[in-house]
Amino acid sequence: MPQAQTIESAVNPNLVTPFINSVRDVFDKMAGVKITAQEPHLKAGKSTGHDISGIIGFSGAVAGSVVVSFPKAVAERLVEAFVRMPLECGTPDFVDAVGELVNMIAGSAKPYLGGVASISLPSVVIGQGYTVASMSSTPCVIIPCSSPHGDFAIELCIARQAGA
Amino acid sequence: MKILLIDDSKTMRNIQKAILTQLGHTDVLEASDGLDALSKVGAYQPNLILVDWNMPNMDGITFVKQYRAKGLKTAIIMVTTEAEKARIVEAITAGVNNYVVKPFTPDALSERIKETLSRVAAA
Repeated sequence: MPQAQTIESAVNPNLVTPFINSVRDVFDKMAGVKITAQEPHLKAGKSTGHDISGIIGFSGAVAGSVVVSFPKAVAERLVEAFVRMPLECGTPDFVDAVGELVNMIAGSAKPYLGGVASISLPSVVIGQGYTVASMSSTPCVIIPCSSPHGDFAIELCIARQAGA
Repeated sequence: MKILLIDDSKTMRNIQKAILTQLGHTDVLEASDGLDALSKVGAYQPNLILVDWNMPNMDGITFVKQYRAKGLKTAIIMVTTEAEKARIVEAITAGVNNYVVKPFTPDALSERIKETLSRVAAA
């Protein structure tokens, strides 16, 4: 079997647009919150710059990672809209809710990325100044998102694989 | 009406449970993955099962296959982020009666539950 090679990265709009659509759809249907995506741009530096990140891995035809990062106050308000009750940041229920939001954002985008891909179970990181490492050869694209509760970002470090 | 709700996310179980309550279904048992669910179905004997696909320990599709292998006919709705046609076909082939893709509106899930229950009642 030939080794998988990166043939197209998240710099390509074909890999970005599904995530813009999915984040709008997830927050609209599950939380009644309207999201506006701003112009995507290449990530500069390593830190996410936010307090809370939900991380999910892709494998198969599309490989890499997707990180959805929120400032604490924004995450708390969006989670409250999602679960219909306030949850304290860092509690297991709060972490579960953030993970499920990220799971739905990634899962909803997956059918539109081309080929057969699988997603991992989500992980959630809470803290400040942390770095989410990614495949060094894959450029990362940031999709800035705005909501009535504040801004957050989706970080795409994914690439379509040849021979996968 | 006894309903078994299988999802590794407590958040999603709570959301679905709230929708079931609004529909008048309060006898709901929760399970956190397929393995947990298989250990509960014998004693609980549900009339309807809502099951997620991607879960640790035992995923939803494996649960459905093992549950159907026991000869059990209870209606099963898969509630999942897996939206590809191939996945839906795989689930139906395994014995799922209906399919709901996350994210969903409360109305969409309610309609699919009512539709499934009326199909089962008519059978």
